[in-house]
Amino acid sequence: MPAPIRLRELIRTIRTARTQAEEREMIQKECAAIRSSFREEDNTYRCRNVAKLLYMHMLGYPAHFGQLECLKLIASQKFTDKRIGYLGAMLLLDERQDVHLLMTNCIKNDLNHSTQYVQGLALCTLGCMGSSEMCRDLAGEVEKLLKTSNSYLRKKAALCAVHVIRKVPELMEMFLPATKNLLSEKNHGVLHTSVVLLTEMCERSPDMLAHFRKLVPQLVRILKNLIMSGYSPEHDVSGISDPFLQVRILRLLRILGKSDDDSSEAMNDILAQVATNTETSKNVGNAILYETVLTIMDIKSESGLRVLAINILGRFLLNNDKNIRYVALTSLLKTVQTDHNAVQRHRSTIVDCLKDLDVSIKRRAMELSFALVNGNNIRGMMKELLYFLDSCDPEFKADCASGVFLAAEKYAPSKRWHIDTIMRVLTTAGSYVRDDSVPNLIQLITNSVEMHAYTVQRLYKALLDDISQQPLVQVASWCIGEYGDLLVSGQCEEEEPIQVTEDEVLDVLEGLLVSNLSTPVTRGYALTAIMKLSTRFSSVNRIKKVVSIYGSSIDVELQQRAVEYNALFKKYDHMRPALLERMPIMEKTATNGPTEIVQTNGETEPSVVESKHPPPVTQPTNQVTLISQSFNYLLLLTLCLGIPPMTAYNKNGLKIDFTFERANPNPNIAVITIHASNSTEADMTDFVFQAAVPKTFQLQLLSPSSNVVPALNQGTVTQVIRVLNPQKQQLRMRIKLTYTLKGSAVQDLAEVNNFPPQSWQ
Amino acid sequence: MIRFLLLFSRQGKLRLQKWFTPLTDREKKKVIRDMTMLVLPRPPRSSNFVQWRDLKIVYKRYASLYFCAGLEQHDNELLALEVLHRYVELLDKYFGNVCELDIIFNFEKAYFILDEFLMGGEILETSKLAVGATMEEADTLQETMEEYMSKPAY
Repeated sequence: MPAPIRLRELIRTIRTARTQAEEREMIQKECAAIRSSFREEDNTYRCRNVAKLLYMHMLGYPAHFGQLECLKLIASQKFTDKRIGYLGAMLLLDERQDVHLLMTNCIKNDLNHSTQYVQGLALCTLGCMGSSEMCRDLAGEVEKLLKTSNSYLRKKAALCAVHVIRKVPELMEMFLPATKNLLSEKNHGVLHTSVVLLTEMCERSPDMLAHFRKLVPQLVRILKNLIMSGYSPEHDVSGISDPFLQVRILRLLRILGKSDDDSSEAMNDILAQVATNTETSKNVGNAILYETVLTIMDIKSESGLRVLAINILGRFLLNNDKNIRYVALTSLLKTVQTDHNAVQRHRSTIVDCLKDLDVSIKRRAMELSFALVNGNNIRGMMKELLYFLDSCDPEFKADCASGVFLAAEKYAPSKRWHIDTIMRVLTTAGSYVRDDSVPNLIQLITNSVEMHAYTVQRLYKALLDDISQQPLVQVASWCIGEYGDLLVSGQCEEEEPIQVTEDEVLDVLEGLLVSNLSTPVTRGYALTAIMKLSTRFSSVNRIKKVVSIYGSSIDVELQQRAVEYNALFKKYDHMRPALLERMPIMEKTATNGPTEIVQTNGETEPSVVESKHPPPVTQPTNQVTLISQSFNYLLLLTLCLGIPPMTAYNKNGLKIDFTFERANPNPNIAVITIHASNSTEADMTDFVFQAAVPKTFQLQLLSPSSNVVPALNQGTVTQVIRVLNPQKQQLRMRIKLTYTLKGSAVQDLAEVNNFPPQSWQ
Repeated sequence: MIRFLLLFSRQGKLRLQKWFTPLTDREKKKVIRDMTMLVLPRPPRSSNFVQWRDLKIVYKRYASLYFCAGLEQHDNELLALEVLHRYVELLDKYFGNVCELDIIFNFEKAYFILDEFLMGGEILETSKLAVGATMEEADTLQETMEEYMSKPAY
């Protein structure tokens, strides 16, 4: 069998493939060869084959059949084998497969190997992907290596210990003794990893935190040496000595100094020194400054130091480097709660960042701007934010609009300003506002009684310009429906009243109904608005005509409304003014979270409403439901026309009563409920009720509640019959009853002719 | 800690993947896909930081390769840029004027170098010289003379 091809040869070959299919073919061929080679347990080329497999895995092809081979490589004596084996284990295995536990013994042996690079491989693998079980088994070995004087192994053991602690926090205690003199090391690798280990322990355990506070002076000293030391070629980055270690120490100091006066005091000087002396021309210096600022803000630093920190952030904001500006905005967002006034000083710079070209910066600036809005700066800030809303990308518009609404609600200096602001949002970003803003806005408008005329006028003018933004159109329709009378009478105080006739208003609303731009919901608003104007305008005939046209609309929702409004004109005209009168002030029942509106007007027949339908007034949704819409025609729906019940059949102990309902807007359908009761001593089982009607009628029989009529009137069987009577003829019915009583089957036929006139007229 | 480090080309081909938390293959593929879609379309002069789920993504383009790391909230992004830069320097020192082809044909070496620089998502060694020295010594342990002469045995 020829030797399997070399890794680089394979890579070269695969790269010549011109199509995905060609590549797949090559890979499949090679995988097959590798598989058979694995089956032959070939030691010499196992390493080569696994390496190839890892390459193919990186291209996205499955390589699970190589997992066990990795284990065999790890167990081999050759360093080359171990190196590839451990790499394969880290790439192909994870703690989800049981197979990985087989590694534990190999790793244990390798942790005690005579060659430090083998020990290093084992520590690395354990520290990157060791599962909790493996960590538990091998923690002792790691702890031993943490105490070695070999700095190469010590630093690896330290990070391995970090991983062990992350996986099995209970094991943290056992590493405590080994940490005793970690910071006395000269080797930067060990120092750095030790600081990481100490940080991890302090973050996880308040006891450890208290214990390690005594290290603050030592850490301060190390940091000082790094800053003051001369050039060190090994650790130098653009003139700064080991920035990685500096940042880690600053982070540990932050954790140690938090909520501790003494520690914070001990680090004040060094922090001030770093903050003022660090070179800021390159990214690396700014990285250290950034960490310093975070530390200053988190510990109990004196106010002078805090101001210094915020000023550094302010300078960052003016930096040309985008990354620095981004980081500054993020930090300021974190500190705006605690140091609000200090951050306010940089407000104008922050607002300028809204105009930045970078998307990440814009978003941060927007969040920060909203956090900075208060009663004093609301007018100025809102101007900037609205300008931003105009020009920003669509991904920002929804959040920005919500932010504007929230800020306006909290800090609006006047009702007119509030309404103007909301109008501005609706006209510029109207399609991006959240669903609940429409009811919220309507509630706001309703409650600003003195602004009704102004509001409806502005909304009307906005409609003349643009009817494409649905939330705006919906609010406008609603307002025109409510306050149309103010519009035509020209009563506006806040601005020049416009001259508009009833017909012009109706033109606009009808335009909404026919426009392709209007959604079904919007059309519903428009139709209802038109209907409401019938009690406010004099052109009732025109309105009647529009409403009757939509009685045959294919949109079911629209059709239903139109039919009901028609009925309102025809049969319930006396109720129309009451139903369509002006909405009262709505109270919000909840102040935070989902808001519900409770309708507080005590309008007609509330008891009827309650008994017929679940009250729509308190729907527990996250959005405020606009019940003013549903309420008016729901009332219609639920008007119960009281028709007296009748007895249809009463023989041999079986009595059948009919009750009537017309809980249906279609006056041609009678809904009859039969109630069968049994006064004999025994149950009537297998009870079946059948009915037939004359040809001009149609009948629908729904399922009965049961087919056993209990004895001695202990219960009834009910069943619903729906009768369609389009020609309004006198209702007649033939019924057939079958049941079993005391073992014998009973059958009877009867005619029912005594229907009350109301049930079919 | 760094959660993951990815290297991919401008066409989105993966050249190296290092994961510091356990994820399923499916999850890894999703992350890779998300990263390429997040990073590749960014305009050239934008910032190197993006927020993605609960992680801060730091990326930098070096020639034809994107280096992309996922950090936790408390990590220092500016320092992460230095970490990426240091890794590139280490590769450059080892391969001598490193280019994408070096990383393609010697991917295992790229991993070995990375494993001497980072471990468990944290920096293992801050000295430029130490990593290079370690690699040189470890390479000599590779069993064949061929390997030592930097001609791969496998």
